[in-house]
Amino acid sequence: MRDCYVFDAVRTPRGRGRAKDGSLAEATPLHLAKTVLEALPERGAFDSAAIEDVILGCVEPVGEQGANIGRLAALASRYDDSVPGVQVNRFCASGLEAVNIGAAKVKAGDADLIVGGGVESMSRIPMGAAGGSWSTDPAIAFPTFFVPQGISADLIATMHGFSRTDVDSYAAESQRRAAIAMKEGRFARSIIPVKDVLGLTLLATDEFPRPETSVESLAKLDASFKVMGEKHGFDAVALQRYATVEKIDHVHHAGNSSGIVDGASAVLLGSKEAGATLGLTPRARIVTSVSVGSEPCIMLTGPSIASKKALAKAGLTVDDIDLFEINEAFASVVLLFQKELGLDPAKVNVNGGAIAYGHPLGATGAMLVGIVIDELERIGKKRALVTLCVGAGMGTATIIERV
Amino acid sequence: MSIIETRIEDGIAILTWDQRDRSMNVLNGDALAELDRAILGAAADASVKGIVLTSGKKGSFVAGGDLEQIEKLGAGPIDFADMSARQGAILTQLRRMETCGKPVVAALNGVALGGGFEVALACHYRILVDSRAAKVGLPESGMGLMPGAGGTVRLPRLVGIGTALSLMLEGKQVGPEEALKLGLVHQVVPESELLGAAKAWISNGGSAVQPWDAKGFKVPGGGIDQPGGLQVMMGTIAMIHANTYGNYPHGRAILSAVYEGMKLPVERAARVETRYFLTLLGGPVARNMLRTLFFGMQNAAKGVRRPKDVPPFEVKKVGILGAGLMGAGIAFVGAKAGVQMVLLDREQSFADKGKQYSADRLAKDLAKGRTTQEKIDATLARIQATTSYEDLRDCDVVVEAVFEDRAVKADVAKKADAVLSDRAVFGSNTSALPITGLAEASSRPANFIGMHFFSPVERMQLVEVICGKKTSEETLAKTYDFVKRIGKTAIAVKDGRGFYTSRVFGTYITEGGELLAEGVSPALIEQAGRMSGMPMAPLSLSDEVGLHLMQHATEQNRRDLGDAYEMNAAAKAVELLVSKLDRHGRKNGKGYYEYAADGSKRLWAGLSEHFPVKSEQPTVDEVMKRYLFAQCLETARAIEEGIITSPEDCDVGAVLAWGFPAFTGGPCSYMDTVGIARFVADADALAAKHGKRFTPPALLREMASAGSKFYP
Repeated sequence: MRDCYVFDAVRTPRGRGRAKDGSLAEATPLHLAKTVLEALPERGAFDSAAIEDVILGCVEPVGEQGANIGRLAALASRYDDSVPGVQVNRFCASGLEAVNIGAAKVKAGDADLIVGGGVESMSRIPMGAAGGSWSTDPAIAFPTFFVPQGISADLIATMHGFSRTDVDSYAAESQRRAAIAMKEGRFARSIIPVKDVLGLTLLATDEFPRPETSVESLAKLDASFKVMGEKHGFDAVALQRYATVEKIDHVHHAGNSSGIVDGASAVLLGSKEAGATLGLTPRARIVTSVSVGSEPCIMLTGPSIASKKALAKAGLTVDDIDLFEINEAFASVVLLFQKELGLDPAKVNVNGGAIAYGHPLGATGAMLVGIVIDELERIGKKRALVTLCVGAGMGTATIIERV
Repeated sequence: MSIIETRIEDGIAILTWDQRDRSMNVLNGDALAELDRAILGAAADASVKGIVLTSGKKGSFVAGGDLEQIEKLGAGPIDFADMSARQGAILTQLRRMETCGKPVVAALNGVALGGGFEVALACHYRILVDSRAAKVGLPESGMGLMPGAGGTVRLPRLVGIGTALSLMLEGKQVGPEEALKLGLVHQVVPESELLGAAKAWISNGGSAVQPWDAKGFKVPGGGIDQPGGLQVMMGTIAMIHANTYGNYPHGRAILSAVYEGMKLPVERAARVETRYFLTLLGGPVARNMLRTLFFGMQNAAKGVRRPKDVPPFEVKKVGILGAGLMGAGIAFVGAKAGVQMVLLDREQSFADKGKQYSADRLAKDLAKGRTTQEKIDATLARIQATTSYEDLRDCDVVVEAVFEDRAVKADVAKKADAVLSDRAVFGSNTSALPITGLAEASSRPANFIGMHFFSPVERMQLVEVICGKKTSEETLAKTYDFVKRIGKTAIAVKDGRGFYTSRVFGTYITEGGELLAEGVSPALIEQAGRMSGMPMAPLSLSDEVGLHLMQHATEQNRRDLGDAYEMNAAAKAVELLVSKLDRHGRKNGKGYYEYAADGSKRLWAGLSEHFPVKSEQPTVDEVMKRYLFAQCLETARAIEEGIITSPEDCDVGAVLAWGFPAFTGGPCSYMDTVGIARFVADADALAAKHGKRFTPPALLREMASAGSKFYP
């Protein structure tokens, strides 16, 4: 089997996902996707006709994100008509799954050049817009003990003894690291500003971080899932599944969970030969990528399971990995991941994560691929693992190696 | 003899439903077939412009489905294809009625519940009589069932998904005012105007088209795939799951029928409903609930096991000894039922205080508009608070409800004995003291009987009646009559430690203590208790009862039994908490739990120091099984020892006395459902692992090998 290489990785900045004041709310998801898709052939100076598929992750594929935004974005980007497109949904890991599917096609020899990425305009298509049966059809809600994922995150914190101070400290650290990364311009190479039809810039840098955040300022926020959990029955449902837990300690809130933002990402993947033909320099190699299912009620424990499986398949151990990027869906997810893999926090999310920057659902996975390659290059290290927790109890992980 | 009579008045067909062999109309195949013929006849009659459907029964329209028919169906394996066809025919008939082309009015002259209300829902207009007794609703969930004649289809389309779900899931029965407010009926009128109003609506051009058949129909409050509908589904699923622990399949079935059916045309949604309805008929829960909660309770309330050859005993005057919580409660229910009550205590102020309890309760009822001052005055006038035993002289029954202490009980029994007549019954209200011993204080031990009331008396339906060695059949029969007279239900048991209810219920608390001693996580002990369907978790319950009182009972047992007494793990745990750690339960703010000032509680963190939690924990299913098995095995032992004989009494008593999970139908129903042979094998396995308290009694082994069951 041949290798799959990453030649380029770009993303939009992440804009607050609010119609009233988010900078990217005036850009449609199609426009966000177009921004990153256009950048790839332009930066690589190659003809888009060489691209054999555009795979875009999107978690709420309805309305203007619906009906296969992969193909529509390729067309909007004036890619050659011969370039097909597809939309995939692995919930929060959709962007990474798009990269993984693309890499698998390349490795298998079924394609030579692929774009994998994702897009989500949370200001224009709100979370939950796609509906789904999990919470509303008794046939699936009852047997899987459905609870909203905030309850799951709080359950993880309770079961593993992560206190409010623990999760808030983690969140403040994410903000601190993000502030440094932004100040030093560590993302300059990969962020494509989003421009309007006049060519004027809507947003050029991430706008969600709050560098002034402290553990003290976070302590003032009310737990987000307490009322839902205690008054609407969800805690009781979760405790039927986890009967040794007496009571759920609600510790998560807007400040230690991932933010709601808009954004898009794209990663250019291909074979060594395709790179040579097009004059593209490989930056990294996709070593292994896996997705796993995990218990759906607690829902967010997939990253360590997926990561261990990816490491085993690659014949590597935790010590072989220089950097870890795990999506900061909720602080407890990261703390659990660090605990279960026995990680040094100094290697995890070194430039901050979604608590600071926000999590544009379908786009995040591919964003993390670009971010971690940039960072490996910056610090001169070799290997990274990217992982995300996934709704309905899943996890996706990808190991990347600089070449 | 026909069930539906048709007469024509002013060009309107009046269909009167009257099943003459029954006190109330019920929905069954025969009635529906006749209704169908009558509707088709009226529809085909060119001189008829509309149809009124009403009932010939005073104060009731149709009371519901035919539960006997349903219970019989559940007894054997169900032919789903056949039943689907039969149920489909009912739904087709109702559909034919609502699409017959002529307006059909349901003139509801009283109770219209379950199948009765479903028929009304298939009419174009509903008028309900303005009477306190009139009730409409779909109460099937109370029996572990669900509406099966289009209720899940029409109700949400009529009043919206959220309202319909809460009405069906809670099985709520609503009176005229609320029915009108909720949109369940269109009009409420005095009884004398019912038919006139129905005819007037037709004459004024009432529409023969149901809202859901009208063009542009929208579900009130939004359809199932709109944000409102989805929110309701998500929220309701969580609440039902949280509150029922998945033990009651009907909740989920109702939710599924609505969720799946709301996107379909009415006829096809009805097929979805039928499917879920039949899953319930085919499962054990509805059958068990129906048997115990309906037929069992009905039989017990009627007193079917009362000795037959004793003439009815008229109870006019009852004396209560001791005006504490129990005595005051018994006086209250007796007075409310119209019986003269003499409430006696040592001091007049105590007796007065006991009477005041009734006054306070009635004042609350008055504030809620549930009674009138006149009725209150009459009720209170029936309670005579006194200190004089002379006032008991002409009592038919005397109930002693003093402190659980043999000497105190003997003292008051003797004093009453001196003034009572030979025909009077003397009842001792005790939860555990053997009756035969207490009867020694009486000169008429044949008239002496145990009457175990439960607290709070006005809410707890059961009275456990205990016959001592010398109690006569006549006294037992009279006691049945007395209990019935004050509106309660009796089960009769023989004398023995803890009788039936306390004895069996105690095993649940004991098992909680055993689990704690084994190193099972307290949170799991508690959660499994709740999930098993018991009203309260065992450690919580112990705290509520009071650990010091449990300790007191243990000491009493130890004294009574001497060398034979074996201290179980629960008693040891309680002894440690009370004697060494000064933890008395809720009362002193510390027990198995710690109690905060705001009323909240958390398991006491220090428990793990005294009862270390082992690393390997059982599954919640294993713990639940231990709770249910412990109680069932003790029930079987009580039967084997002759303490109690009727499985129906066992089941009714268990559900009413201590809230044994209703979905099981009671311990005997539960053992039958598991299968006796399988139950014995599982119990043996539990005994091998956890001790001889799980060893099945010989009775069960014999039943297993004979292949017999508690119920036919």
